[in-house]
Parts: sequence; C-alpha cells; structure tokens
Amino acid sequence: MKEIFENTGNKDTRSGFGAGLHELGKTNSEVVALCADLTGSLKMDAFAAEFPERFIQCGIAEANMIGTAAGLAVSGKIPFAGSFAEFVTGRVYDQVRQTVAYSETNVKICASHAGITLGEDGATHQTMEDLGLMRMLPNLTVINPCDYNQTKAATIAIAEHHGPVYLRFGRPSVPNFTPADQKFEIGKAIRMTEGNDVTIFATGHLVWESIQAAKILEEDGISAEVINIHTIKPLDKTAVIESATKTGAVVTAEEHLIAGGMGELIAGLLANERPTPLEFVAVDDLFGQSGEPSELMKEYGLDASSIVTAAKRVISRKA
Amino acid sequence: MTQNFPLSEIASQIRRDIVRMVNMAGSGHPGGSLSSTDILTALFFSEMNHDPAGWSRDGKGRDMFFLSAGHLSPVMYSVLARSGYFPVSELASFRKLGSRLQGHPSVERGLPGIHMASGSLGQGLSVACGAALTKRLDGEDNFVFVLTGDGECQEGQIWEAAMFAAHHKLSNLIAMTDWNGQQIDGPNDQVMSLGDLKAKWIAFGWDVVVADGHDLEAIKAVIRSAKEAREDGKPKMLLMKTEMGRSVDFMEGTHHWHGKAPNKEQTEKALSQLKETIGDF
Repeated sequence: MKEIFENTGNKDTRSGFGAGLHELGKTNSEVVALCADLTGSLKMDAFAAEFPERFIQCGIAEANMIGTAAGLAVSGKIPFAGSFAEFVTGRVYDQVRQTVAYSETNVKICASHAGITLGEDGATHQTMEDLGLMRMLPNLTVINPCDYNQTKAATIAIAEHHGPVYLRFGRPSVPNFTPADQKFEIGKAIRMTEGNDVTIFATGHLVWESIQAAKILEEDGISAEVINIHTIKPLDKTAVIESATKTGAVVTAEEHLIAGGMGELIAGLLANERPTPLEFVAVDDLFGQSGEPSELMKEYGLDASSIVTAAKRVISRKA
Repeated sequence: MTQNFPLSEIASQIRRDIVRMVNMAGSGHPGGSLSSTDILTALFFSEMNHDPAGWSRDGKGRDMFFLSAGHLSPVMYSVLARSGYFPVSELASFRKLGSRLQGHPSVERGLPGIHMASGSLGQGLSVACGAALTKRLDGEDNFVFVLTGDGECQEGQIWEAAMFAAHHKLSNLIAMTDWNGQQIDGPNDQVMSLGDLKAKWIAFGWDVVVADGHDLEAIKAVIRSAKEAREDGKPKMLLMKTEMGRSVDFMEGTHHWHGKAPNKEQTEKALSQLKETIGDF
C-alpha cells in the first residue's frame, strides 16, 4: 500500500471549522455566526473579533439560538449556529425539526465536541446519537469530516449549498492528513486506499484509524479499501455499492452508537441492493464516560486495532 | 376590493371563514382564531407594510409577520386569502389531503404569506428575532411582527427570546400576545398561572402596553405607538386582552372551543351571529 496520506501535524477539527468560518466572513457578507456561550470552544473567536456586527451571542439558550438562526436564514442571511453537538441536536431537536428541516431554512448547524472524544467532561456532553437524530430529519444534509483540512473545506462548501446542513466536528487534536487545497464535494465519498479483500467505510475521526488499520492488515496480506464517508446524508450510494460488490466484505467505522449511525445506513442500503457480510465498529447501546480521548477510543473499541479485528472477522464470514 | 370594507366588516367575514373552515374540515382551532381575529385584521388591513401580490418568502423591503401560535391557522389563512395572497376558494381545502393549508402552517407547499412553519409552540418569537436582526443588518426600516398565544408563554423558549431581544435591542420587533386567558385544559390560571404578564415583560426589558384586543381603533393605535417608539432601543410587547371564541355566543370565554369543530347545527347557529359582508368563499 502506498503511503498516500501523511500526518502533517495534529490539529483539532473544530479549528478547521473556525478557520473556514473566518474565511467565509471575508468572502461572503451574508454569512453570520451565532453561538451559545461557547465561542472559544467552537473556535469562532476570529470571526467574532473581525466581524462583530455579524456575530450574534445568544447566551446559554440553544433553543432560541436555533429559532433565531432560522429567522435570519428565512430573511436572507446564511447563519452558522454553533455549540456542542449534544446541545444543537438532542437539546433542540424539535426546534431543528420545525424551523430548520421542515421549513427548509438555510441554517448551518455547527456541532463541535461530537462523540466520545470530547473526553473528560463525560457522558452528559458526549453525544453518540447525533448523526442518527439528524439523519432522520428530511431535507437535512449531514456532514462529518475527518480532519482539520477537510473540516475547513466543508465549512466553506456548505455556505455555497442552499439548504439546511448539520456539520459535525470534534474537540481533540488528531492527525491532519488530507490535502490543504481540497475542494469539498457534498455527497461524494472519497476512496482513501484501494483494496480488494474488505471495504472499510469510515467517517470523522475514524477515517485516520481506518487508514492505520489498512496498513496493519496489509502486513497480514489483506488488502483493505478505505472509503471516507464525510457526507452521511445524502449517502454516496454508488460508491458504497460498487466497493462492497468488489470486496464482498464491509466494516463500518464511526464515533457514534450503532443505533442510527452511518453503519446502519450502509447496512440498510446493502441489505436492499447488495447483501454483504458487515461488521460495525461503533458503540453498542452505551453512554460514554470521562477519560482521555485516546483511552476512550480504545476502551469503546473505536481504534485501529478494533477495526483490524472487525475486518478479519467479516472476511471470515465471506461465502 | 376587500380593502374598501370597514375593518369591522372584514373581521366579521373572517370570523365566518373561520367557523366554516373548521366545520368543513371537521377539526381545527376556532377559539383562539376568533379571539385574535381583530388583532390580525387591524394589522393586515391597516397597519402592516406588506405586498400580497409581490410577496417573497425573505420579506425583503417589507414588514414581516410570523404566527408563533400555529394552531391559529384558520384566522391566518382567512386573513391571508382576504388580503389577496391566494384565492379565497382555497380556504375550502383547509386540512384536506394535498392542501397548501395544512393543519398548522407549513412552507413545504409554498403557500404565499407563510415564512415559517409553526405549531410546536414557543418558537416564533425566536424566529422573529432572527428576522429583526436581518432587517437591522441590512439597514432596512421595516418591522417584524409576531403573534403568540398566552398559554404559549408557558414555553421556556419564549423567555429565552425575551431576554435575547432586549439584550440585542431589537426595537424593530413588535410582538403581540392574544391574551384570552384560556388554553386546552382550562383557564391559564388553573393550568399554569402566567402571573403578572405585564410586569414580567417589563422586567425582561421590553416596552409593554395592554390593549383591548377587540377594539380595532385601539389595536391600530398601539401598533402605531410601537412603531413610533423604535428609537428607544427596546422590543415591543402588545398584550391584547381578548376573549376566546369572540362573537359566537356559545364559544365565548370558555376553553371548550380551543380545538373543537362545530357540527352542522352549531355552525348554522354561529353563522347566524356573524354578518356576511364581503361574501363567503
């Protein structure tokens, strides 16, 4: 396997969001940003400092923030409303449902600290249900980029896309390995490695782990195809079916519960279109706990070695 | 043409529309629709800067209105149709399969006059805050109006928005509450007391007036005063004292007609009390 993706230095994906938003502030005068008392955590400070009239502090009141964002959007602005993932999904589900998704307003819901890698704050803040909640809503586009560069590119891209978007990113510093000059195409999966024995569909922080898993598998003579599903909805069905057809074995890897996650989405698609043995690398019906992000990834079976184990297991199930 | 009728006659026709729509649908919310009829009549046929023929969802260059209490859809639809947003004949489709007149307002089918879905309560004030911010950012001098119910003020989000609007000095925001004192389960005071509503809004930093929500001239006057006070840096709350089921004697003052459709006999009785002016749809 060629070494295509090199870590150019660890960075947090939320900083990719902050950098993208800052750039949008300079290039698109209709972009406004809202935050619920987590401006620093969301890395929105640069935007807030340079464009104070377009930065709207909402205080600790997320329901009102979502409604206000919808009102800004319907009257012509492009609002980016940010908070922790739990607080812009579970806490405000009905607000998102009525005034963002059903009303099809051009709101960009920006969700930081998603998943278990939020770390030490513990399970109250570690949403692993958000992708499921958001992908159930008609009209909503759901995006979960994998590193700093891709998060920055996705942030810029969603401003050009007219419609409601859920953009998910995280807190910890993780490898930054995708090209800095990439163009982000919503709904277009990216093949990270080419392989024939198993496909690993990964999203978010698990893309890097999957690439590491592919390297380990290669040492055992197993050729793994890693596909970055940065857009959960709309899912790139063609890419999923083509790769599953080629390899005949599938692992899905995500920082989320099995319930409602990307894996279930892919399993459902393949059950209809191309039944294929499949293993989930995701959390099975558990809340998280406090700990360091890397410890938690290991504890909850979301690291490269868990992906390797799942890949070997699914290959053994091939007909 | 409708504009040539006195406001009181327009209001009477709208009340007939409400009763007939709800009867024809076999469901819906007549009580609050009848209590808020005069408020919306004064707003849409006298005080609001709007353009039914040239309506656009973004409301650029015009005043915007948001119905937060979405169950008041019968009065909303009648007011919009009678203003010229869509044919009055379409009122007959209320709550029917495939209709643009959903049980609670929706934008999915592109009904002119509706900027945002509502029905799940407590959200419209926040939405109106967002639109008011846009108008200020764009340097527009138009206003954003929103109507809430009184029971709706039991939702916490209303008070999040109340704090927000005052903090951000949204003086181009004019909110109105249909204060009829009733909600589905009974009088507000029995279900969940609102306390001193006027004092609450004042404490949140708003300009507040209480008005008779059935006196068309009084409604016009308080809306005008609210507009004139835009330089004071405060959002405006017009607490409109009204009566649930207004102008239909057996529906007046009781929560029983919050969300119930009159049968044929009841409808005839109601219509006998409401003068047909512009003409039924």
